[in-house]
Amino acid sequence: MQTPKQLEISRRDLLITSAATVAATSVAAPLAAAAQSSGNTMDLTTSVAFSVNGEQQTLVVDNRTTLLDALREHLHLTGTKKGCDHGQCGACTVIVDGRRINSCLTLAVMHDGDEITTIEGLGQPGNLHPMQAAFVKHDGFQCGYCTPGQICSSLAVLEEIKANIPSHVTENLTEQATVTSAEIRERMSGNICRCGAYSNILDAITEVAGVPA
Amino acid sequence: MKAFTYERASSPEAAAKAAANNSEAKFIAGGTNLLDLMKLEIEKPTHLIDVNGLGLDKIEKTTEGGLRIGALVRNTDLAADQVVRRDYGLLSRALLAGASGQLRNKATTAGNLLQRTRCPYFYDTAQPCNKRQPGSGCSAIGGFSRQHAVVGVSDACIATHPSDMAIAMRALDAVVETVKPDGTHRSIPIADFHRLPGDRPHIETVLEQGEFITAVVLPPPVGGKHIYRKVRDRASYAFALVSVGAVIQSDGTGRVAIGGVSHKPWRVEAAEAELGKGARAAAGILLADARPTEENKFKVDLVERTLGAVIAEARG
Repeated sequence: MQTPKQLEISRRDLLITSAATVAATSVAAPLAAAAQSSGNTMDLTTSVAFSVNGEQQTLVVDNRTTLLDALREHLHLTGTKKGCDHGQCGACTVIVDGRRINSCLTLAVMHDGDEITTIEGLGQPGNLHPMQAAFVKHDGFQCGYCTPGQICSSLAVLEEIKANIPSHVTENLTEQATVTSAEIRERMSGNICRCGAYSNILDAITEVAGVPA
Repeated sequence: MKAFTYERASSPEAAAKAAANNSEAKFIAGGTNLLDLMKLEIEKPTHLIDVNGLGLDKIEKTTEGGLRIGALVRNTDLAADQVVRRDYGLLSRALLAGASGQLRNKATTAGNLLQRTRCPYFYDTAQPCNKRQPGSGCSAIGGFSRQHAVVGVSDACIATHPSDMAIAMRALDAVVETVKPDGTHRSIPIADFHRLPGDRPHIETVLEQGEFITAVVLPPPVGGKHIYRKVRDRASYAFALVSVGAVIQSDGTGRVAIGGVSHKPWRVEAAEAELGKGARAAAGILLADARPTEENKFKVDLVERTLGAVIAEARG
């Protein structure tokens, strides 16, 4: 446990280091400016081209724009949801070049040339993807906010098992992973559902995978 | 998030050069930790160097019989690699015990080593934190410290390194390969790569300004049973309270690295000589210098018991 004496030292250190930080900042700024003038394209915006659900898109975005915000705010594909915006909840899950990722934790400008699939690309009202239909049939949601991420993730999970990517619960690393309830549960742990529809989500995925729940 | 300029690096050397002399430049690979911290303005780079296109995503055999893992190999690909699964099972197991499927698809080998602590006071910009703002004090000491480090700690910081992968890398004696802005290369044993907090907890590795990780090299396989046991508050998608990464040979000898207890992957080679005597003897040496808080002293027992479970599992 920290003693009051140590706290006193910390405060004094704070004052000393704060002064040093101010000095360091004033030195760093010209350096950054120098780097900017000597580099390649040093704008605060960047042009990026990628395909979304099979359609080619070219955007000029503020470098800070996440892929999630590019999809929602620039392309108005609002099926992909912003939950925590920190990669903890999985609501923003999309499929990029065949792999599920958190679209909130990646910059749009990092996806030049990529192929992106969102929930809108999987199916539409009247033309549902089998996984979407299974979620409806098994009531795999309550409020529905996490559902697009759950569905994108669950499709990728089945592909990952098919591609022989192991998981934390895979018994033998040198054998092909199989589709089991335990495997699906473990692999879906990056998608949080605050309504607690997990058991129905599992039912939907296992039905599509063709295994008993 | 603060505004920043952005460039796509053309080579590892060019990436290192672009970051030379600019302490406000950052490399971005998977981005899963950096962007999280940038949104909170804990990281405030004014320039990002995207290193994703550099072709450092291969896993190749070395002439010595080991493996050279490119810095940009994604955690998923490393865990799923057939050679890693067969010969370095500990590494696969550690990777698969960490994060979520989505994060492992983006997170890279080098980025995993460089991830920042998940200490809640580091993340809370309203609280003092010597790691976030040097000299401001440590809120964890005397605060809620259940998750924090018990060994290698200092009066300035009791944060842990959050990586599972790094624990396996430490037990496997990995070597980090880098290129510096002047074009020279160096190899850093993983044991020397991460620093203890001391009085400068904001400096977490021995990397120099602009120094860029190109690969992590594993020595030839050492055989034995590869076990990674992680104890955490949830069964999945949670950071370790304590983790034990071990390679145990049939004669009971082996190597052990511990996660969740220190500012770096914790391994004490002298403790491994005691493995044959059981978990208590080995854990006693591993944590001989432990300085736990009231809230995290349970970790000292937990290390011994987890190690005991690992030894029992190895005896199978």
